[in-house]
Amino acid sequence: MNTQRICCAGFGGQGTLSMGKILAYAGMLEGHEVSWCPSYGPEMRGGTANCHVIVSDEPIGSPVITRDANCVIAMNQPSLDKFVDILAKGGTLIANADLAALKEDRDDIQVLNVPANTMASQEFGSAKLANIILLGAVIQAISPVKVESVDDAFTHVFGGSKAKFIPDNKKAFEMGFAFAKNNK
Amino acid sequence: MAKVLMKGNEAVGKAAIEAGCRYFFGYPITPQSEVPEYLSSELPKVGGVFVQAESEVAAINMVYGAAGAGARVLTSSSSPGIALKQEGIGYISNAGLPAVIINMMRGGPGLGTIQPGQADYNMAVKGGSNGDYHDIVLAPASVQEAVNMVMEAFDLADYYGTPVIVLADGLIGQMMEPVEFNYVCKKELSPKTWALTGKGDGEKHMVENLVIEASECEAWNQKHFEKYAKIEANEQAWEEYLMDDAEYAFVSYGTSSRIVRTAISYLRDAGYKVGMIRPKTLWPFPVKAFDKWDKNIKKYLDVEMSMGQMVQDVAYACNDKNKIEFYGRTGGIVPAVDEIVEFGKKVMGGDK
Repeated sequence: MNTQRICCAGFGGQGTLSMGKILAYAGMLEGHEVSWCPSYGPEMRGGTANCHVIVSDEPIGSPVITRDANCVIAMNQPSLDKFVDILAKGGTLIANADLAALKEDRDDIQVLNVPANTMASQEFGSAKLANIILLGAVIQAISPVKVESVDDAFTHVFGGSKAKFIPDNKKAFEMGFAFAKNNK
Repeated sequence: MAKVLMKGNEAVGKAAIEAGCRYFFGYPITPQSEVPEYLSSELPKVGGVFVQAESEVAAINMVYGAAGAGARVLTSSSSPGIALKQEGIGYISNAGLPAVIINMMRGGPGLGTIQPGQADYNMAVKGGSNGDYHDIVLAPASVQEAVNMVMEAFDLADYYGTPVIVLADGLIGQMMEPVEFNYVCKKELSPKTWALTGKGDGEKHMVENLVIEASECEAWNQKHFEKYAKIEANEQAWEEYLMDDAEYAFVSYGTSSRIVRTAISYLRDAGYKVGMIRPKTLWPFPVKAFDKWDKNIKKYLDVEMSMGQMVQDVAYACNDKNKIEFYGRTGGIVPAVDEIVEFGKKVMGGDK
């Protein structure tokens, strides 16, 4: 690995910022340089939310990704439309297929459509963990960090009274990982 | 201690506590509100005092009072809030008291926007208050550097008897990066025997601001400038990035220097011999860096999130205003890597 640039984007409330935080935490636990850079501004409430995560073996320059992204995770259509063009050639688009789809045929990028909302609703009764399902898919698809590091990150991010959320998060992660593996 | 992933705003709050600061007076404003939020819960746990003042003006004058009493004291805000504090900053500077002021800059002027900016360079570096004075201005480019600089700021403030401004921006405040808190003070600090701690049977101490006799006021100023000369001689700090074979040098600080760093990797791949001088102190401006490299450099490429407030200092430092090209975005816009690459190619074109 040299540098992995990953953009997580969706509606506010879909958990894009948390997804990115777990990824960044996992990268840090592996001893890499990491940055987690959120969008912040007047558009947050009810609008789009995104964060840019970089995991690298070198000191990180721009924490904002405007080109050569390795992966874009789009949890809704506006996010897909906004960020698909920052992907590098050969980069991976992971779309939350329930709410987003690439409208054109592209052979210069990899596309993985994950029906994360449906999967989360069927398993957990709500779409809340769709973000973690997509995180599982990212780790399988481009391996920016190891699976064990994500497990470690869960225990750091969900500390104390939040520990009760870990089993469902792990389950969701495994579902996404398996989906990506079976739908290459 | 293991690294932890922290938001810049919370990390600078923790850094202040680690540096022994026990007093914070401030007022919330985006994009730095997590600083007071963090300190409001964490300072009381270590026996400290957090006050959300009724205004920025009140907060900076509480800082003045605490500094006069010898405390390590912090305030923080973002651009328009720092503008409100200028009168107090001038008074603290004139009184020669130590205090630390964090500015997580946003787009201006006036209320401007809440998104990141660097257009408070002049206010911080040239002095936003009246009279002849300087404050030390530190410019971090990462969350870790913001932590180190906040901790160092308390030492510099105590050592020289001057306010120190940590000039970051909303992006550094809002982003998360791994940090550790292992800064060690390199200065020998004297006890604050001058502090206003209650006379009792002891000697009379006084913190002065009004020096009404003009000749005395001039002498007072000259004493300040002896101190400033020492700071200029001893405290210039900068980073040199890929300067060894560089024929061109970007000059950029804080968040914009991060974008430049990535742009340089693309420009290097395209064959351009380009590096960067990154000022870590904005006052004193790192003139020594330019003395060291100027003979190798054909052009300086100044990149800022402002309309070019640093350009005059670069011109002064390299002593040739014709050697500087400027590119900036302002009003809350962070430039994209490609814009900087294009700017670089335009300036250096055909001259690889």
